[in-house]
Amino acid sequence: MARAVSRRHKVVVTLAAWSVALIIFFPVLWMILTSFKTETSAVASPPQLFTADWTLENYAEVWARSDYPRFFGNSVVISVGSTLLGLAIAIPAAWAMAFVPGKRTKDLLMWMLSTKMMPAVAVMIPVYLIFLRTGLIDTRIGLVIALMLMNLPIIIWMLYTYFKEIPAEILEAARMDGAGLWGEIVHVLTPMALPGIASTMLLNIILAWNEAFWTIVLTTTNAAPLSAFIASFSAPQGLFYAKLSAASAMAILPILILGWFSQKQLVRGLTFGAVK
Amino acid sequence: MGKIQLTRVRKSFGEVAVIPGLDLTIENGEFVVFVGPSGCGKSTLLRLIAGLEDTTSGVIDIDGQDATNLPPAKRGLAMVFQSYALYPHMTVRKNIAFPLKMAGMAQAEQDRRVERAAKVLNLTDYLDRRPGQLSGGQRQRVAIGRAIVREPAAFLFDEPLSNLDAALRVGMRQEISELHQSLQTTMIYVTHDQVEAMTMADKIVVLNAGRIEQVGAPLELYNAPRNIFVAGFIGSPRMNLIEGAEAARHGAHTIGIRPEHISVGDGPWEGVVGLAEHLGSDSFLKVAVDGIGTLTVRAPGEVSARHGDRIRLAWAGKLHRFDAEGLAL
Repeated sequence: MARAVSRRHKVVVTLAAWSVALIIFFPVLWMILTSFKTETSAVASPPQLFTADWTLENYAEVWARSDYPRFFGNSVVISVGSTLLGLAIAIPAAWAMAFVPGKRTKDLLMWMLSTKMMPAVAVMIPVYLIFLRTGLIDTRIGLVIALMLMNLPIIIWMLYTYFKEIPAEILEAARMDGAGLWGEIVHVLTPMALPGIASTMLLNIILAWNEAFWTIVLTTTNAAPLSAFIASFSAPQGLFYAKLSAASAMAILPILILGWFSQKQLVRGLTFGAVK
Repeated sequence: MGKIQLTRVRKSFGEVAVIPGLDLTIENGEFVVFVGPSGCGKSTLLRLIAGLEDTTSGVIDIDGQDATNLPPAKRGLAMVFQSYALYPHMTVRKNIAFPLKMAGMAQAEQDRRVERAAKVLNLTDYLDRRPGQLSGGQRQRVAIGRAIVREPAAFLFDEPLSNLDAALRVGMRQEISELHQSLQTTMIYVTHDQVEAMTMADKIVVLNAGRIEQVGAPLELYNAPRNIFVAGFIGSPRMNLIEGAEAARHGAHTIGIRPEHISVGDGPWEGVVGLAEHLGSDSFLKVAVDGIGTLTVRAPGEVSARHGDRIRLAWAGKLHRFDAEGLAL
């Protein structure tokens, strides 16, 4: 039965949504405002949301004291690299699970997802030692591999869901038309699943960009991305909130911009197949 | 060339034998229709020939070559699917050219063949559109175009018209028949619609529970069904099947009379009209006949019997007799 949504109801729901969004966004807003304060007003008690003495000093100092472009470059290489490598492995894997499922496919998918439920710290020592022994510690390729493996279950799950939406008859038609496995994946499956692949890619770039635990554990200087860059501002000189906030803002800005421009694609991809 | 021979072909899904084992020969250039009720294994049989399913045992020969274990693309067959199975991200031109591209054909030859197929199928004006911008009939034509450019040994059609509306279906049926006339290529066509089977086929294969009940020309099946199943399946409306004393009087366990072979007016049977459908050209009557049961009658259009009328009937044509096992006597 269709239900008429009253204007009042709409207003209440909109207000509620904005309130929740503001609560979630508040720490980020606080951080951005703090990054423009002096260190003194940043730690003022009681805390002040706004201040009279706005400054760009913190940004200038963070930029001068660190090699931001190097951290940024590492973040780009690691997040994009791990996502592309993950897609290269996940597309054939998800294809197999969606179109030629075996008796254990469902179990396999659940098992992969269950690895995400394990706390990362539980495998920190073995992973660290493996990276140390194989010379992958503090290398970009090492982090690309680590983050790819970390996010692979999510990539496979998302792609599996998209692929399940593609009618098997179209792939059979491709097979009849002479496409081998490679031709089928490259010419038919991938272009048809492109919206899904794109949103999987975006989400994984964001996840990899924001990953802090493994990037801090497995890097020191050479391969450190922006998440390690933020951490480097919290330790040695004690807590300088304004500078720390400026560093954090500089670290999250690129991914915020990417998220802003791709939000349509992200939402479309994440709700893909929800309504037929 | 397009002779296809199946020898003791079996297909099981786990414990379930969908096709318990059958032999069939399809001659070069024949239009063969697989017909049967839902779940009878006709589509599975087509997919076995196409190579989209693996045979559990048996041999599939295509033009004298054992193709049992060949992948679909190496069998030289083209298939038209029920859902059309067009590539939605490609234009009509690219859809039709896809098998040629996969075969590594030169671009000029691809273009030539696509243009020719488009002309035959009236698709020239739509070559740069995508499937989403086409009607059901046009999509089906594109699917056929994609099949004919390959110049295959045989065409396989899997219920290609079942997604089209009634008027379009009749038109496409004629187009496919004309295509067969002009190409003279073997065609295997799966349908559950016996009108399609009767009108298009050189040879009909009636399937039931994975077994071939009868193979023959359409009129051969109509005039001489080998058993009750074929008698009931071929012909519309269905043949009347009568058991009991009336059948025993003709020395059979069951007798079958087609609705068009019963006349209204005078005769030994008397009954009350239940349902009367007057189509103009014909009148279909359901008559509850005393001592026999309900009979369907196809009477001339001018017969004006209505619900509740008491009428007399006689059989005026061939009477089919079957034994207790359902086999024709």
